[in-house]
Amino acid sequence: MATIIVDNKSYSVDERQNLLVACLGHGLNVPYFCWHPAMGSVGACRQCAVKQFKDDKDQSGRLVMSCMTPATNGTRISIDDPEAKAFRASVIEWLMVNHPHDCPVCDEGGECHLQDMTVMTGHVYRRSRFPKRTHRNQALGPFIRHEMNRCIQCYRCVRFYRDYAGGRDLNVFGAHDALYFGREQDGTLENEFSGNLVEVCPTGVFTDKTFFHHYTRKWDLQSAQSICPHCSLGCNTTAGERSGTLRRITNRFNSQVNGYFLCDRGRFGYEYVNSDHRITRPLVRSGSDRIQPGMPEDVSKTLEFAADRLRKSRGIVGIGSPRASLEANVALRSLVGPQQFYQGVDEQEQQLLSTILNVLRDGPVLSASIRDAEQADAVLVLGPDLLNEAPRLALALLQSIRQQPMERVEELKIPQWDEAAVRNAVQNRRGPLFMAGHRQTWLHEYATDSYFAAPDDVARLGFAVAGSIGPEAPTVSDLSSDVRDLAQRIADALMQAQRPLVIAGTGSGSQATIEAAANVAWALHQQGKQSRLSFVLPEANSAGLALLGGGSLKDAFEKINQGKADTVIVLENDLFRRADHATVDAFLDKAHTVMVIDSLEHRTTAHADVLFPAATGPESNGTFVNQEGRAQRFYQVFVQNGDVKESWRWLSDLARATSQDGESGAGVATWRTFDDAVSATATTAPDLARMGEVAPSASFRLVGQKFPRQSERCSGRTSLLSHLTMHEPPPPVDQDSPLAFTMEGYRGPLPSPLISQFWAPAWNSIQALNTYQDEVGGPLRNEMPGVRLLEPVATNAPAWFTSIPPAFQPASRQWLLLPLSAVFGSDELSNRSPAIVERIAKPFLSLHPSDGARLSLENHSTIDLAWQGTMYSLAVHFESSTPVGTGGLSLVPEVFGVRMPAWIDLFETIKTEGKRRAA
Amino acid sequence: MNTWIYARNLVIGLWVVFKRTFTKPVTVQYPEERPYLPPRWRGRIVLTRDPDGEERCVACYLCSAACPVDCIALQAADRPEAHDRRYPEFFRINFSRCIYCGMCEEACPTNAIQLIPDFEQSEYARRNLVYEKEDLLISGTGKYHNYNFYRVAGVRTCDKDKGQGANELPPVDVKSLMP
Repeated sequence: MATIIVDNKSYSVDERQNLLVACLGHGLNVPYFCWHPAMGSVGACRQCAVKQFKDDKDQSGRLVMSCMTPATNGTRISIDDPEAKAFRASVIEWLMVNHPHDCPVCDEGGECHLQDMTVMTGHVYRRSRFPKRTHRNQALGPFIRHEMNRCIQCYRCVRFYRDYAGGRDLNVFGAHDALYFGREQDGTLENEFSGNLVEVCPTGVFTDKTFFHHYTRKWDLQSAQSICPHCSLGCNTTAGERSGTLRRITNRFNSQVNGYFLCDRGRFGYEYVNSDHRITRPLVRSGSDRIQPGMPEDVSKTLEFAADRLRKSRGIVGIGSPRASLEANVALRSLVGPQQFYQGVDEQEQQLLSTILNVLRDGPVLSASIRDAEQADAVLVLGPDLLNEAPRLALALLQSIRQQPMERVEELKIPQWDEAAVRNAVQNRRGPLFMAGHRQTWLHEYATDSYFAAPDDVARLGFAVAGSIGPEAPTVSDLSSDVRDLAQRIADALMQAQRPLVIAGTGSGSQATIEAAANVAWALHQQGKQSRLSFVLPEANSAGLALLGGGSLKDAFEKINQGKADTVIVLENDLFRRADHATVDAFLDKAHTVMVIDSLEHRTTAHADVLFPAATGPESNGTFVNQEGRAQRFYQVFVQNGDVKESWRWLSDLARATSQDGESGAGVATWRTFDDAVSATATTAPDLARMGEVAPSASFRLVGQKFPRQSERCSGRTSLLSHLTMHEPPPPVDQDSPLAFTMEGYRGPLPSPLISQFWAPAWNSIQALNTYQDEVGGPLRNEMPGVRLLEPVATNAPAWFTSIPPAFQPASRQWLLLPLSAVFGSDELSNRSPAIVERIAKPFLSLHPSDGARLSLENHSTIDLAWQGTMYSLAVHFESSTPVGTGGLSLVPEVFGVRMPAWIDLFETIKTEGKRRAA
Repeated sequence: MNTWIYARNLVIGLWVVFKRTFTKPVTVQYPEERPYLPPRWRGRIVLTRDPDGEERCVACYLCSAACPVDCIALQAADRPEAHDRRYPEFFRINFSRCIYCGMCEEACPTNAIQLIPDFEQSEYARRNLVYEKEDLLISGTGKYHNYNFYRVAGVRTCDKDKGQGANELPPVDVKSLMP
């Protein structure tokens, strides 16, 4: 720690930081633009000038940029010095010379960093009478709106997009005062993290296009913590609602998980909540003819009908869901009984998940958070296509490759925050990142070495690496020499690291890659490394569901087909995505009664005899367990329209309706509030015992008050509903959480899950976050970053996996069809958002050029593929990264329900070669 | 002593009455006779149009934020055919709550919302005091005749490209290296 003196008061600060960070950390307002806590300082904007004095006798001092000056012990500065103030006011005035007069129509207005800084420096009246510079805007695709007039040339956008997120298609053009930040020509921003530009840009050059079309100011949004439901990483988001529709998703800082950034799927995939295909009323089909559509029925009659069917049933099958909250799954498990509860994922996925849980529970190595991944100094990826399956983790790896070159930076005594100098020192050096898989993406350009092979070969590489690291780990003997060399190189690089990370996943459906990854991490652990493991899972709550246990979908199908049960309750699950259509059709036809609880219409809901309208994530309280094993709470942001209720409430109501009169009921029937659900969940499985610690319970109060979801300035309270009623109905009462649907309540320091929006006096933009941290960039004050449910013991002896698969052999007529995830298209919920739909690529089949030639196909031609009883129209892509003897099939909505990996005879299944497109 | 005070007060009171007998009465025969209200008098709220006849309101939400009784509600929408020009999809003022403070007018950056000297808003039913956009929007410019926000705002509109607004330079040619 160092002591610095600011305006004659001393503060103790971290000497590894710069003065700007030191001041902001103590709540001293220094204006800035180009510095960003995650991206360091470049000293471009000259806004953070303060006066530095040599010693206490120095009266004149000199202006320095606080972001470029280290906070060394005894530094004496002044923020309030008149000359420094005048300098900062001039900088703002120069920036404002060309800034347009369009705040009323700018979506950043009200949460604009430039507005805040202008007020902070005291610039009020425009003195310049010269004409303003203008720019033409670009069409940047469905996510981002562009208004270049507003630009203040801070370079944050290109620094984020190019340097931090690895994007290529955004750049800075032009010279002197005519700089242009955009693409070379109009077109969609390609990078998967382009949405962060909205938050990174200090003004309104890049704004959220989906938000634009149902715009509301920040102060009118009713907000609460949400957890992104679109992949297994569990990034924290803030969801904002106004008059019954979800308006936007913004990033929510969690020091252990997503930090400052979010991927585009998470940010723009929210509009499924507002979809026209939402189920808003219970539907009942009283006849047995499934062709007849269900009729809307009121809630009590529906429950009566359903309860009657349940009482008369010969056995119930409950099918859970990896996208429903843990509480909803526990409710179903309690209603139908643990023996009748099935996980609602196919056998293969269930097997992979239970292997992963065993590895994380019983092995000696911890799972890595995204933050751990950013800090890793050597990374081995075995299998998963991170950019498409878990984008935020890919962004973390782009930071991890800077860890090893940082040692050189430290030798040169360059502080880590001095971004320009760091980049200069690092040049093109990159830390070790080894990626093995069956698909090439732009992330591979950052890899030290890439290896494209079938999953079995990827696993063999992993086993070989483990064998080279530790003598105890089983090794692979019959490897080709170049693979053996690669394995040796990887092993050497991992052995040189301090915090190596091994990543595998369920995406390729390969058990062996998971086992190989575990072996590598365990071998490293035995060599005294702080190794970490990370597994990419299929869905938001896959880990939570696996912790609950239960049979697979196949077991559920068997139970109905054998006649042991005749009633099915499906919880938030589209079975047609999880098994081939014929099997699901047969299963649903065989069942006497099908009850479905879900929020959006899909093929399974069309088969329902009783359909209950379920609340989506932002309309409900719940807990997700992410791929790390971290349980995180999401809160209800707004009260649902119509008869929509949380799934666990429907199940609780159903349980009460089913229990006979006079019976008090047990289990889920006794649940009244969300706290009941949480405490029941905590007793369900030993791993879930700490569920209650995830977030404060509903009875939590400060100064006897609840915590408002609305801002103090929330408007329209007396007129928003006055066209319907003059009586100003009271706000809904929230019994399930300490939050309230009002603007009244306690405002002050809060446990982090209860913060509605980041906002502080003088800081209206997202940069207000700095005031919520003790140390800028560090954890939030009173942070509750979720509870890690799986904590392995470091002294556990590794139970080495020994079943090394044989090398992959291409077959003469068969191809191994492998899934290719798509960041836009593979997730069920975000696919219902119009902006995401625009970005979903056409389905394609990827083949190695030699296989394409063998099938006499042409690159970019269109084919019809008849498989598993369905005809798919696919484009053919020749990729040299696709392993010979395999084919990659993109997982987009048109192809859902295909079970992969699977062997396929392409000679037979490719029916017609359609119209050939020019390349 | 008290008697003397009573007598004195009686005389003073009668003198005031006597004096008023010869002055002009202040009572106005409303509604036959109408009082003069200055143009800045704060009465009924209207939404005005710019000199080109387009809605001035750009749905920036500042009036609703400024309203101390929260009686203004609106929702922004955009016109794709007019370069995404913003307008209020609905604009509702609950006059049964309005206190005619004029904060909304002060907050309005486009001079769209204006208070006019009309106070005749009595209704038998409170619900009739809820004014929608159709009730609020007038066809004129109100008190400010020449102001057109989009002429000075730097954004593109149907009749004005980038650089054609007031006090604007033509759009930058990024490829030029001229100083």
